[in-house]
Parts: sequence; C-alpha cells; structure tokens
Amino acid sequence: MSQQDIQAPFPGVFYRRPSPDKPPFVEEGQQVEAGTIIGLIEVMKQFFELRADAAGIITAFQVEDETVVEAGQGITVLEVV
Amino acid sequence: MIRRLLIVNRGEIALRVVRAARELGMCSIVAHSEADADSLAVQRADETVCIGPPQATKSYLNIETILQAAKDVAADAVHPGYGFLSESAEFARAVKAAGMMFVGPEAAIIERMGDKAMARQTAIEAEVPVVPGSPRAVNDLDEALNVAESVGFPRLIKAAAGGGGRGIRVAENAAALCEQLPMAQTEARTAFGDDRVYLERFIEHARHIEVQILGDGERAIHLFERECSLQRRRQKVFEECPSPALDDTTRESLCRSAVALAEHVGYFGAGTLEYLYDDITGEFFFIEMNTRIQVEHPITEAVTGVDLVREMLRLARGERLRFAQQDIQRRGWAVEMRINAEDPERGFFPSPGQVQRLVWPSGPGIRIDSGLYEGYRMPPFYDSLVAKLIVWDECRESALIRAGRALDEFILDGFATTAALHRRLVDDAEVRRGVVDTGFLERWLEAKPTPTPSDKEVVS
Repeated sequence: MSQQDIQAPFPGVFYRRPSPDKPPFVEEGQQVEAGTIIGLIEVMKQFFELRADAAGIITAFQVEDETVVEAGQGITVLEVV
Repeated sequence: MIRRLLIVNRGEIALRVVRAARELGMCSIVAHSEADADSLAVQRADETVCIGPPQATKSYLNIETILQAAKDVAADAVHPGYGFLSESAEFARAVKAAGMMFVGPEAAIIERMGDKAMARQTAIEAEVPVVPGSPRAVNDLDEALNVAESVGFPRLIKAAAGGGGRGIRVAENAAALCEQLPMAQTEARTAFGDDRVYLERFIEHARHIEVQILGDGERAIHLFERECSLQRRRQKVFEECPSPALDDTTRESLCRSAVALAEHVGYFGAGTLEYLYDDITGEFFFIEMNTRIQVEHPITEAVTGVDLVREMLRLARGERLRFAQQDIQRRGWAVEMRINAEDPERGFFPSPGQVQRLVWPSGPGIRIDSGLYEGYRMPPFYDSLVAKLIVWDECRESALIRAGRALDEFILDGFATTAALHRRLVDDAEVRRGVVDTGFLERWLEAKPTPTPSDKEVVS
C-alpha cells in the first residue's frame, strides 16, 4: 500500500461534479480504477478531466467542490492497493 | 445624460469602454472580480468597485451584486461589454428598473432578436432572406419530401431540441433523405427526448459575413460588413473588413437588408446581424443578431473612422444618430488577429501565466486592444483572449503584409499564444487570395500541423 497525491496539473477551478445537479464523480472512501474520473478542472472556459493514475481508494479530498486551485496543489489522496 | 458609467466587464473590452467614457467626459467606474483587481482596466478607470469572487457566476454574472455595486457607486448607466450579461434581457430590465440607463437595446428587443426562431420570423417579416427551410417541424417522410423546392438539396436535418452543432445530419438527395430522416428522428428522441426535426438548406461553402449597424430607435445605418470565416470550433480567430467575397451590388443589398431589419424592430444602439454567404450561388441568408458590441468591432472603426463604442454611449445618453447613411464611407482594409493564451502546438491548450516580457508592434496602421502589461498574471477563470492586433492598410494585400510585419515585431514571453498561428496564416497562399469558408481553418490546421521543434517536448 502506498499513498499518492492527485494534484492539479494547472491552475483553475476544481469541480467534483459533472454539473451542479449531478452527484459527485467519486465519494471519499470509494474504490477507483486507473483512469476513473475524479473531477474536472476548468481553465479559461475549457474543462479537463482529472483521472486516477492507478487503482485504489480515494481517502480524502483536500479541496472543496468549486474551489480555486493552483498548479501542483493536492486535490485528493489515493491509497494504491 | 450619463455622468457615472459602470462598466461590468473585464479584459480588453472593459479598457475599451473606459477609454470611450473618458473621452466623453463621463466618470468611468470598472466593476471587477477579486481576480481582476490588478487589471489594466481597473488601473485606467476613474473609480472601481469589487463585485465578488473570481468565478464569473459569483461576480460578472451576478445581477444582484452588480446592482448593489451600481447603487453604492451612484452609477447612472451600465455598459455590459460583450459576453457575460451583455445579451441578458433580465439584466437589461433590472438595470432599467433600478433607474439606470442600460447601454444597449431594450430588454424586449434583446429577447426578440436573441431567440433564433423569433429572430428568423422577424427577418422574414422584414423581407430579409433566411436560410431556406421547412417552416415548422416535419412529421413524416411525405412531408419531408414535399417541403418546398426552394430548400433544395443537400438538406440538413436538424433536431428541434439540438444546438451547438449536435443533432444534425446531411441528406445529399431524396434517397438519402428517406434513409436519414427516420434515423435522425430516433436519434433526436434518444438524445433530446424530442423527435421533432426541421429541414434546412445545407450550404457547403459558407462564409460568415456580418453587418455592423447603429440605431437610435427610429433610424438605423449600416457600417458595412466584416468577414469572420476563419473559425476554430465555431470561435472566430481572424476577421477582416470589408469581405473579399462581395461585389458592390451584393454588398449594397446585404447592408440594406440589415438596415431594414434593424429599422423594422426599432433597434437602439450598436448591433450586428450575422449572415451565411453561399460562395457558390452568391446568396446571403440572415442567421442571427448580436445585440451588443462585438469583439471584432475595431476593424469596422479602422475602415469607417467611426468610434462605435463612443457612439453607443452618445446614443445611450440621449443623442440622436449623428450620421446619415451617405456619411459612412469605407477607406482601405483592416484585419483583426485574436491573440489567445492558447498553445497551438498543444491542441490549443489554455496557457495562463505571467507576462515576463512584452513588446507591442507599432508604426503605421497598427492598433492594439489589450489588457496585458509586463508582470501581469493572467487569471485562469475567464476566456483566453488576451489581445487583439488590428492592422489597417490601403488594400487587402498590403494589410496582410503589414500584419506579418506587425507580428514579427510582437514579443510576449511568459506563456504561449496564438500569434505564431497568425504569422503563418497571413502568409498562406489561399488566405492571401481570400478563398476561405467557415471550414477552412480547421481543414488547414489538419493539413498543416504546426512544426514542432524537438525542445518543446519537455514541456508536456
């Protein structure tokens, strides 16, 4: 078991949901596969998907939904199984 | 009278309106988000007011906060710029209800011309040609085949509930229509929960040509056309005034049709009527109207000598239209290159960053509309347009050569922009000949991928 930080690759606004009326992509404690979408980052009116690099469990989000993030800022921690 | 003008926008257009307001002796007040507190528009404004957090929904789109700010600074008029709330009838109405002037048309006109179906109906009433199509949704194949001959082939089958290019199929002939129609209906039902489809003439080689107008509620004039066919993902990239496609007769009837439509609705302020121009048949068709100032307005200013933003403000403060149609003359040619903070070498990936070094082009015929300055850190929250390079010269050929010269002088270190793309475009043989349509740029990008120097690989 090892822990991986999933970071924002560029500055923008982080979203946990595909749209405001939809449930979050993943919940804390949820098991994910490599490639699972964790959230979206909006930069200059374009949206990019943030994905898990490996299979594991999302332990905790370090930022809230719809918050401003800097490049390299930790979004969530993935416990690789 | 307007004494205190609140400018509810950002970037180059906020600065553009500040300049016009100051020239007219109005106090310019820029409403800005927390992310734009250090913008050039804020620095140049007479006064400023913060309207909330960076996200546009919490600031530039937040009507309640904006109205409170307007009250706090005792504004008597509001200029919305382009984008954001510029075409919100609700905003226009709320500004008026709060006792201020809205620099733009009445809410009812915004509503009428902003709705595609209503705008089309209004155009038909004013005898302005629209893209031939079925007057309403077609129910079955018989009806689809019987739609007036005028629509012709190829036809587009469009889902009534579709939009932004989704839910569209092309039928080359009657046989293809028989095959495609049921599929289009099924698709529309599954995708949009609504199986109604319309038919429309498909124009294979269309140019995007638009007419600038000014109106005072009774009388309207045109300020000729702009051609904006060079687009990527339906976003304009490069515009020119006038259009190289039109002869004088077509230009005259196109521009007259725009005036007819503007006067038909009693249009007030600056507006633009967008048309598709069929390059094969030479026909033009009204598609929609933008009831605001547009990004590419400076090329019209360069060619006609009329300051459109200042005229908008004069009209809003109660002056009548100062020009008769014959006062508006064209002189020379102008092009606008949109410099976006996007990296053409990485699929136009957004590239926000800090301006390390900035050298603007200058000399004859050059105009820069931009909020950039050295040290400026571009926020990631808004669109990627960072500068507009507008180049005027006596004819099209020399304007393109001058544009190349201007781009050679331009230096921006700190982040990638689309300037290099424009440098290649202005030298392109087909662009030089003006043989372009709305699909040209995407085909060109596909066929002529940007040469990637090997040292760029480390970036990704």
